[in-house]
Amino acid sequence: MASPVPTQGNLNIRDLSKKFGDFLAVDKVNLKIEKGEFLTLLGPSGSGKTTLLMMIAGFLDITAGDIDLDGASIANIPAEKRNFGMVFQGYALFPHMTVRENIGYALSVRKRPVSEIKARVDEMLDLVQLQDFADRKPGQLSGGQQQRVALARALSFAPPVLLLDEPLGALDKKLRVEVQDQLKDIHDRIGTTFIYVTHDQEEALSMSDRIVIMRDGRTEQVGTPLELYEKPESRFVASFLGKSNFLEQPDGLYALRPEKIDICAAGTGAGPARLTGTVRSITYFGSMLRVIVDIAGGTEVEVDVDSWRINTPLSKGQKVDLTWSDAASVKLARG
Amino acid sequence: MKTLGRYISPGWFLVAPFLLLVAAFYLGPILNILWLSFTDPVPGVGNYRELYESDALVRIIWTTVRVCIVTTVFSVLLGYVIAYAMVHAHENKRNLMLGFVLVSFWISILVRTFSWLMLLGRNGLVNNAFETIGIVSEPIAFMRNELGVLIGMVHYMVPYAVLPLLVNMQTLDMRVMNASRNLGASGTQTFWRIYLPLTTPGLVASTLLVFILSLGFYVTPAVLGGGKVLMVAEYIYVQLLVTLQWGTAAMLAALMLFGVLGLLYVMSRFMKLSTVFGGTAS
Repeated sequence: MASPVPTQGNLNIRDLSKKFGDFLAVDKVNLKIEKGEFLTLLGPSGSGKTTLLMMIAGFLDITAGDIDLDGASIANIPAEKRNFGMVFQGYALFPHMTVRENIGYALSVRKRPVSEIKARVDEMLDLVQLQDFADRKPGQLSGGQQQRVALARALSFAPPVLLLDEPLGALDKKLRVEVQDQLKDIHDRIGTTFIYVTHDQEEALSMSDRIVIMRDGRTEQVGTPLELYEKPESRFVASFLGKSNFLEQPDGLYALRPEKIDICAAGTGAGPARLTGTVRSITYFGSMLRVIVDIAGGTEVEVDVDSWRINTPLSKGQKVDLTWSDAASVKLARG
Repeated sequence: MKTLGRYISPGWFLVAPFLLLVAAFYLGPILNILWLSFTDPVPGVGNYRELYESDALVRIIWTTVRVCIVTTVFSVLLGYVIAYAMVHAHENKRNLMLGFVLVSFWISILVRTFSWLMLLGRNGLVNNAFETIGIVSEPIAFMRNELGVLIGMVHYMVPYAVLPLLVNMQTLDMRVMNASRNLGASGTQTFWRIYLPLTTPGLVASTLLVFILSLGFYVTPAVLGGGKVLMVAEYIYVQLLVTLQWGTAAMLAALMLFGVLGLLYVMSRFMKLSTVFGGTAS
């Protein structure tokens, strides 16, 4: 794309809080977002991620705290003056306008010359590959196409920051993966800061530079996908991002991912077993098997095994040995 | 039955009784009126020729159209503001406001018309108060003129204007307005470029509803106009029951019927009427 890489886009969120009546929706969130970063706010519904995004966009007043863009506070700047692009949940396209008019709207309300608007819209249509749909109305487009129009519209005025509120929520699973790739690709090309809200952990893992896990209005843990997956600090993070077993050890609670456990019939392993138990159930998922093992003492452990690794088939009620390397289990800093 | 069913969809048998009912009690009388307008008192287009020949008749029709247009403009403008306030009010307040709209909807038109006389008549509350304070020396002529008719009609019509607009505004996705602001549009720009176009179906519906209902108004012009503002409905009444010229009355009725149908036809050229009357836009 011809437009220059934005020079702005460093956001600094300081002690940001939002109260609705007595309910504290966002509780003293601190967050530094680098220019050009792809940051995901991930959390269950009600965790405050959308509220946080709406405060950044300027649609909600700030109860306490501040937001800086490149060193200057934007807390008192109204939404229409913030110049942040936004892709809304459900897209919020203008139904009475064509795709071209939708994408050109931001420049049109800024009273830019017609020729400039046309050139920019053409450029955006190229970016999202909708050249052939310029004169259609949103109602005549598929969900994926509408999503791309919303993206092109949000990027049309070269905003320093793009906010995305569950933009893929309305798409079916197969299309979602495709659009994830396109989004990532567009992010790499234009270098705009992306702040992405989702409750889908796979989406967060595959797209983000960094992920913020939110819970009850607070940031639970911030880090790269790898850090969060490999070194979760709390039980909540470990179980929200992927699956995890939790083992109570004398020195604290450990998280252990199901795919990092080796399973074999009792007594057939190379070394001593860390745990022994009885197979309660086996579920076949094609590429892998999910085995639930009952351990003496009432706990259960979930084990994911690549199907091709199993030489002798496991059966229900069988005694098995479980082993894993020291690095596989992670001590949780918080419960 | 079997052979018939081959040519006619069985659904028709289900609706047939109602079709007959509509034909007998609705289409029949209308056709009768049309027939009368061409045959009474003598066969021919004599009744319609009056439209050219009688200045009085033209004046009555012009008064009717003028009053209806002004009524419609004010009712729809007021209705738009009220509906907008209701949609954006807190839920408790909205229900209260809806209550007020519906109460005035339910009160008899006679009661409402005469209360205006009490309020704004020569010896009404307002004029008395003004005279006592000394703001005016002569009572202001609110009533027994076109102004009186307009006040009464607009007051009666506002709920009719509010309801279609309210339905329309409630279905709007407010995220679209947020999107407009996010893209840098001011409140004014958002209203003219997004909100107004999206509420056009409601505007058209309430305009049509108010205008068509206004055309047939009888009580309010008769009472508040004080005999000075003669409109078509009152004139038809006089022709029917006083001067017994049924042909002229039938002609005027037919004229209004086709006027309304013509209006609907013209509107249908500009937009899908189904979207106006509750269907969804594609």
